[in-house]
Amino acid sequence: MKSLGHILAIIQKDLLTELRNKEIIMSMLVFSLIVVAVFNFTFDPGSEQMQKTAPAILWVAILFAGNLGLSRSLSREYENGRMQGLLLCPMDRSLIFVAKVIGNIFYMGIMQMVTVPVMIVLFGVTIGSFAGLLVLILFLGTLGFAAVGTLFSTISANTKSREIMLPILMFPVVVPIILAATKSTAGLMNGDPAGHIWAWMKILIAFDIIFTVACYLLYEHVLEE
Amino acid sequence: MIDVRTLSKKFGAKKALDNVSFTIEQGQYVALLGVNGAGKTTLIRLLATLARPSAGYIEIAGFEQKKEQQQIRRCVGVMTHDSFLYADLTAEENLHFYGRMYDVDNLQDRATDLLKSVGLITRRHDKTRTFSRGMLQRLSLARAVLHQPPVLLLDEPFAGLDVNAADMLKQLLDSLIARECTLLLSLHDIDYALQNSTRTFILKQGKLIIDSATKELHHDQVRKALAVP
Repeated sequence: MKSLGHILAIIQKDLLTELRNKEIIMSMLVFSLIVVAVFNFTFDPGSEQMQKTAPAILWVAILFAGNLGLSRSLSREYENGRMQGLLLCPMDRSLIFVAKVIGNIFYMGIMQMVTVPVMIVLFGVTIGSFAGLLVLILFLGTLGFAAVGTLFSTISANTKSREIMLPILMFPVVVPIILAATKSTAGLMNGDPAGHIWAWMKILIAFDIIFTVACYLLYEHVLEE
Repeated sequence: MIDVRTLSKKFGAKKALDNVSFTIEQGQYVALLGVNGAGKTTLIRLLATLARPSAGYIEIAGFEQKKEQQQIRRCVGVMTHDSFLYADLTAEENLHFYGRMYDVDNLQDRATDLLKSVGLITRRHDKTRTFSRGMLQRLSLARAVLHQPPVLLLDEPFAGLDVNAADMLKQLLDSLIARECTLLLSLHDIDYALQNSTRTFILKQGKLIIDSATKELHHDQVRKALAVP
């Protein structure tokens, strides 16, 4: 119960900070909407090409906007030595990872709640009665991305060139997650057989489990000097 | 209360601490003196479990640093150059956050009492980004003692403070000493150390060259020990 209290305290503190300065959510939202808007003007409205590339554009927007949010979410913790303040607290340091992953999923979820409907309208994508499945795919993709991103943004937050280091370190590792998430989303948006979608979703779930557990176990070691 | 044996810390080839040993009894007020780079901050970081020793043994309040880090963290309060405070949270919200992390009972009352004692009760609803350096130091001390730790590790707490803020901080430290709190302060102010501490450590190039009762030390002796060759 104490662990849950510590996780909640960190999440509440992060959300309160974000509510006051809005720097993470706003930067992610602006970036993702610009990506969707730019690609919308590139293709002919309602074209088959536009429909086929929509899932990839969506995940590119999530990937790069998420990178912005992850970087800020952890670098904020290193100002005024706040991370040391957290490390001094009498708790399992892996709880910081859990709280940060949940917080990052929340920020990215807000961004997706705006970006995805805008994209569906602009690109004329039909998801029919599979909205729930799309939400599940988005969640699974975001979970794996946030887990890997939280670990690597903690590593890069302590470096001088953190904005450059984070994507260089993180993007190669999250490729399997983004690939599986894009393929699952494409299967859904292009009306592929359910079996095809599930095959990619199983891969996505497997990578989520592997990466989340690995990052959780590694996090305490990353925090040490 | 603090038992340190043959403690060493290396950063690459450089020895930041070299074979340091000492014990500090409960209620002692120890001034840690040394020039910049002598190893004061490294020693405090090691005691606070913020870094791992390269060699040696640390025990605080009966807990071994290698095996019982969480218990040690519960027993120590730490104040460094950094305030650890969140600029977008108010003074009260900062104390509430850290209070939850330390499972402090009666948190609301405890935070209010501390804000009164550090003279920030009227600013409790203000974001800490509006605070001066002295106010941040006082709030940082309140954060460090929030969970009533028996051991306080303070790294240059007077750095950057004006006379009034320094006086207030000194009064706060006096009240902690009166409560039998064990204090280890890294300082540059020789006069303050000689007037207030019960014991003095002098670190030089990572080595503990003086460990003495403060009353047995003279200003010139300390100055000579601190002189850079």
